[in-house]
Amino acid sequence: MENKNETPLKKVCIICAKGSIEDVYATLVMGNGAVMEGIETKLFFTFFGLDAITKKQMNKLHTATVGNPAMRMPGGLPFPSIMGMLPGVEAGVSAMMMKEMDKLDIPPVDEFLDMVTAGGGEIYACKLAMDMFKLEKEDLSEHVKDVLTIGDFYGMCGGENTQIIFT
Amino acid sequence: MATKNIAGVILDVTDEGYLNDPSQWTKEVGAGIAKEEGLELTDKHYELIEFIRNKVEGGEGLTIRGIGKSGIVDIKGFYQLFPGAPLKKATKISGVPKPASCI
Repeated sequence: MENKNETPLKKVCIICAKGSIEDVYATLVMGNGAVMEGIETKLFFTFFGLDAITKKQMNKLHTATVGNPAMRMPGGLPFPSIMGMLPGVEAGVSAMMMKEMDKLDIPPVDEFLDMVTAGGGEIYACKLAMDMFKLEKEDLSEHVKDVLTIGDFYGMCGGENTQIIFT
Repeated sequence: MATKNIAGVILDVTDEGYLNDPSQWTKEVGAGIAKEEGLELTDKHYELIEFIRNKVEGGEGLTIRGIGKSGIVDIKGFYQLFPGAPLKKATKISGVPKPASCI
């Protein structure tokens, strides 16, 4: 705000390569936030990030309960890694997280994609990762505009005041 | 604090043009702010403005998702009514504070 020479952001391109709740939601919140500000927005999902736009997986994302040092019990007590290994714990913790997010009006993934595209945001899938995971276009959400190579995606990320963000 | 004269009313506004006192708002004031934003208000706009003002008066937070569930417009329709940055534009025209919402 202080620097009068700054010019506003015009385009945001976000690449999501991971499929945990926090990685996918970071992408979706930043992407939708840009759409809300009237900034041109393009999201590119690759590797495990493809889960966020794969119909079968998108609403079943998890957060890691093992190897996640920031994971704590409700109330702030440490969360023992050995507990995170028990069957069902990760699913339970993830479901709880999604419930807490819903209270803040943060929608499930499919609805979030609806919101992004309703505002004119565009969603793309990575061709290489699709081949690797043996996914077809039909496996993806109908909100996915196209399957692209990274080169194609870079081709869309030109122009003044454009930022590429990797989550 | 800045002031602005719209529709013959001296309005108390923030630097970004949001009304500091929602009670200063009238339909004419709304239309005046909309004009500055390049918008001509329709009945649909006013219906949504009323919804927004009621929500804010009730102390509830505003989100694009919430507006999509208002039954007045869907999210796509909201973006069409207030093109660009709909939540910011709509709240400014509705005479309520700038929303502190990320979604």
